[in-house]
Amino acid sequence: MVVAPPEARARPFLPMPVAGLREMARINRMDTTNMFMAAGNGHFGSCFSCAEILTALYFSVLRVDADRPQWPERDRFIMSKGHAAPTLYSALIRRGFMPEAWIDEFESKVGVKLMTHPSRRYQPGVDASAGALGHGLSLGVGMALAGQMDQRNYRVYVLMGDGEIHEGSVWEAAACAAKYGLAQLTAIVDANGYCVDGTLDQVLPMEPLGAKWEAFGWEVTEIDGHDFASLVPALDTPRSGSTGRPRMLIARTVKGRGVSFMEGVRSWHSDVITRQQYDRVMAELGESLP
Amino acid sequence: MKPVAGVAAKPRLTTSAMIASIAAPGQRTRQAPFGNALVKLAGERPEIVGMTADLAKYTDLHLFAQAFPDRFYQMGMAEQLLMAAASGMAREGFIPFATTYAVFAARRAYDFICMAIAEERLPVKMVCALPGLTSGYGPSHQATEDIAIFRGMPGLTIVDPCDALEIEQAVPVIAAHEGPVYLRLLRGSVPLVLDEYGYQFELGRAKLLREGGDVLVISSGLMTMRALEAAKLLQADAIAVAVLHSPTIKPLDVDTILREASRGGRLVVVAENHSVIGGLGEAIAAVLLHNRVAPRFHQIGLPDEFLDAGALPTLHDRYGISTDAIARQVKSWL
Repeated sequence: MVVAPPEARARPFLPMPVAGLREMARINRMDTTNMFMAAGNGHFGSCFSCAEILTALYFSVLRVDADRPQWPERDRFIMSKGHAAPTLYSALIRRGFMPEAWIDEFESKVGVKLMTHPSRRYQPGVDASAGALGHGLSLGVGMALAGQMDQRNYRVYVLMGDGEIHEGSVWEAAACAAKYGLAQLTAIVDANGYCVDGTLDQVLPMEPLGAKWEAFGWEVTEIDGHDFASLVPALDTPRSGSTGRPRMLIARTVKGRGVSFMEGVRSWHSDVITRQQYDRVMAELGESLP
Repeated sequence: MKPVAGVAAKPRLTTSAMIASIAAPGQRTRQAPFGNALVKLAGERPEIVGMTADLAKYTDLHLFAQAFPDRFYQMGMAEQLLMAAASGMAREGFIPFATTYAVFAARRAYDFICMAIAEERLPVKMVCALPGLTSGYGPSHQATEDIAIFRGMPGLTIVDPCDALEIEQAVPVIAAHEGPVYLRLLRGSVPLVLDEYGYQFELGRAKLLREGGDVLVISSGLMTMRALEAAKLLQADAIAVAVLHSPTIKPLDVDTILREASRGGRLVVVAENHSVIGGLGEAIAAVLLHNRVAPRFHQIGLPDEFLDAGALPTLHDRYGISTDAIARQVKSWL
């Protein structure tokens, strides 16, 4: 690690107040940047747009236990936009699921535990391998169906990118979740407006997002995906075994959020980072976000 | 039908693609061996669930749906969802039996099976009907290359059962197997043959069903029953044909195949209800070559083409996988 995040608290008390969440989101972006520095490149834009979402989940919402990664009663989280895995890794490291030393090894050589996309086979706390977009919501449907059948009260969360919902399988899962009334399933779309080749509007428009999910039978909430005061209550859904509508949280976000020269710049979807740029990123992150 | 002026009345077809069955007239059969076996097993194993993509009726899973409505999931015509949701169920401790047609599993849902199921070694059992040429509906329904597609998937076990008995025996075995399994399903009225051979299915094992000094046929799926029939025809011409049934395509029973293929300078013929590309034939050819076993070798299988639609007996004869066609081809190679 070239620059250590300020006093990275390994196991904070939960749930965290908003000020603490802001600090953890800052640490999350620094961890992510350190991972990408170790690898030489990374999906900055996609990670930074969902840093608050992951932070809210892991430090205020999810019932998980680092000592028991496979605890049957835990809430499940599926990082369906797998290319933003470092954001998840940071959350898991700071919650104590993985050692901090793994940050500096990220993708640095064959055989290390952390790679570009999440892998359940190598990473404690990861509920599903990912990387091929469009799988996560269907996986979540299966996990929620299992919980419903067993009358368990765990919740299932799936984070997708807005480009990811181009995949037809997402809409197969959307229809199925409504059919079975999977109230314990919450999907989040990180709506940063960009995919690889351009904006969503250029590549394949998906708006109006809210109306689409409502038409599929989901309960839809649209919020600012960087605002913890909105994120936490929207994510913290009731823990009920009863059936109802599945929940969709459309989180309006900014790709590359938190670093001035990355915000809304398409090339930072995935790019090489120089030492000079690294220093700038860390300097900007060193000052707290508004 | 009232004749229309100027249009000649056509004779009514007596067979159609719709009622296709692989059972020969008068052959002994059992109804829905998969569905019945699964119902029986599910009574003992509460972790078994049934899932389908709108094909319960045509994969014999409707029997399970009737017997265990609370453990049956109708996912609609959505094979990608079917496979990934089955993966979700499997990671929560269930053993999902997911059914659709072989073409849709192999061609449409491949990525989901590969990454959501196989990569995490989850125990999803994919039971898929209409393998190879067992539908007269034409290329959209004929899974002529499903084995070629699936053989490259790490950790996937592939089973191609011969008859009703083997399907019944395979169901509890694949449920007990730890990883993912793809089973090529014969559905509906399924021939019963192997009971005459005292047969018992074992995962990963090929079984010698018949001895013969001139020819060794290695086969899987319905081609084993055809090979056994062809062997009887060839006996009349004093040609002695051994039949080695290899229902597990992956992992192959390499030891048994090598042992039999090395014996006595016999002509070795691999017969499969699949394209000659990428199936059992090429798998065995590779095993023989790697082990420096070099018998005279031929393949009986479907051509590397999109096949015609129509009545199955006609198609099986045309494409060389009927009993007569097997006997004819074997004779021509001697």
